[in-house]
Amino acid sequence: MSIYPYCVAAWLMLAGAYGIVRSRNMVHAVVCLSVCQSGTYVLLLAVGYQRGATAPVFGSTTTPNRNVVDPVVQAMTLTDIVVSATVTALLLALAIQVNKRQRTVDPNELVALKG
Amino acid sequence: MTVIIAVALTLVAAIGAVVVGTHSPERQAVVLSMFGMALTVLFVTVQAPDVALSQLGVGAALVPLMVMLAIRRIRRDQRGEARRPGKDEE
Amino acid sequence: MSERGRLAVYLPAALALAALLVLAFLRMPGFGGTVHLYRDLAVPAAVRHVTANVVSAVNFDQRALDTLGEESILLGSVVGAAALLRPAQRESERRPRRTGRTLESTGLLGYLLLPVTLIVGFDVVAHGHLTPGGGFQGGVVLATGIHLLYLAGSYRALERLRPVEVFDAGEALGAGMFTVLGLIGVLAGTAFLQNFLPMGSFGSLFSAGTVPVLNALVGVEVACGAVVLLTHFFTEDLTVSVAGREDGGDRDRGDRDGNDRDGNDQGGEEE
Repeated sequence: MSIYPYCVAAWLMLAGAYGIVRSRNMVHAVVCLSVCQSGTYVLLLAVGYQRGATAPVFGSTTTPNRNVVDPVVQAMTLTDIVVSATVTALLLALAIQVNKRQRTVDPNELVALKG
Repeated sequence: MTVIIAVALTLVAAIGAVVVGTHSPERQAVVLSMFGMALTVLFVTVQAPDVALSQLGVGAALVPLMVMLAIRRIRRDQRGEARRPGKDEE
Repeated sequence: MSERGRLAVYLPAALALAALLVLAFLRMPGFGGTVHLYRDLAVPAAVRHVTANVVSAVNFDQRALDTLGEESILLGSVVGAAALLRPAQRESERRPRRTGRTLESTGLLGYLLLPVTLIVGFDVVAHGHLTPGGGFQGGVVLATGIHLLYLAGSYRALERLRPVEVFDAGEALGAGMFTVLGLIGVLAGTAFLQNFLPMGSFGSLFSAGTVPVLNALVGVEVACGAVVLLTHFFTEDLTVSVAGREDGGDRDRGDRDGNDRDGNDQGGEEE
């Protein structure tokens, strides 16, 4: 159990990369890239987890204590998720544009880059 | 608690593999949404409610919606092309 | 490279990387351990600045500069996507047809959920420094909430509720004010993006100094940015590409135009 979460993170990254390698559709590749990136969320949160600790949010009744999971990695994951969404949006826009010009989204059929 | 986390992790790993293995992009958008929700569950179990909220909005709604719209646009362009055989054979 | 070739490169590389990663994982502190150095620094810092939600404290106080960078990424990618998706001159926009294929229950649910979602979105932004949530999450909730109108089957209502220029300006305003607030800190005699407002009392709405303000600004920016992004994707979905390949020339532009006009009747098909 102690390294299983890290392995899941690595699995997601490698599986996403495999999807990109095998992809015959750029939209499919973009989605696989987002799976890749979700590996980093799992890794970050796994690093910050502490058994039996609570979420890093204090109410007005609960006194602040240090028995919480790591808030820094959570903040990083938050950033990660938003960046992932924007990257996906940009790549999808690119795929639409490529399709407009080349009438295909199959990377194998895009033989050469045209200016 | 550890068992729940292990189950959530396994679920994430499994659905992630399904997302990658789904070749039809439309279905992939739906499976991606499910993957986003599985990640949300995982984040709740590892005591990260902030991240879970953001993953729910982005991963389960926003990104699949954009993927769906992009697929529709690409499909329409390609279908429009297919209806004019011979036009682009030069 | 052929598909077989790519796979031949991928498989050994993936195996090697997986082996190296597992070796690294074995030497990492185990999952669920008690040693968290950054936590031990971040939690007292957040409590000093009277912020109940430590994640918000990290994002908008301790690492506010990083958040500014992230906001710039968001702004940049929205601008990039808008530039890529802007309609070419040879494209014509068509009105979405009223297909009437939305189930009445779906429509009703959409209209009922719209106000609820918007209130939840505002609440998540406003209490970001007290409870889980904040500008990023609330902004996304608000942006996707508005698009419930589309699910409810009324793209026209969505268009009326969503003047793109306003959201364009809102996004720029959110990003700009974030910087301005940081500079006010400099003028007030502290550092850039330093928390200079009065801290208030723990757990009240007006606490944590600049954190709720920055939260709201990020909320505005993310909501507007996501709306603009989705708008461009929706408009893209509704425009007709009149041009074929770029190198196809203009000579058959006229009849392509005609073909597309009568040919595209797939507006509003949902699965």
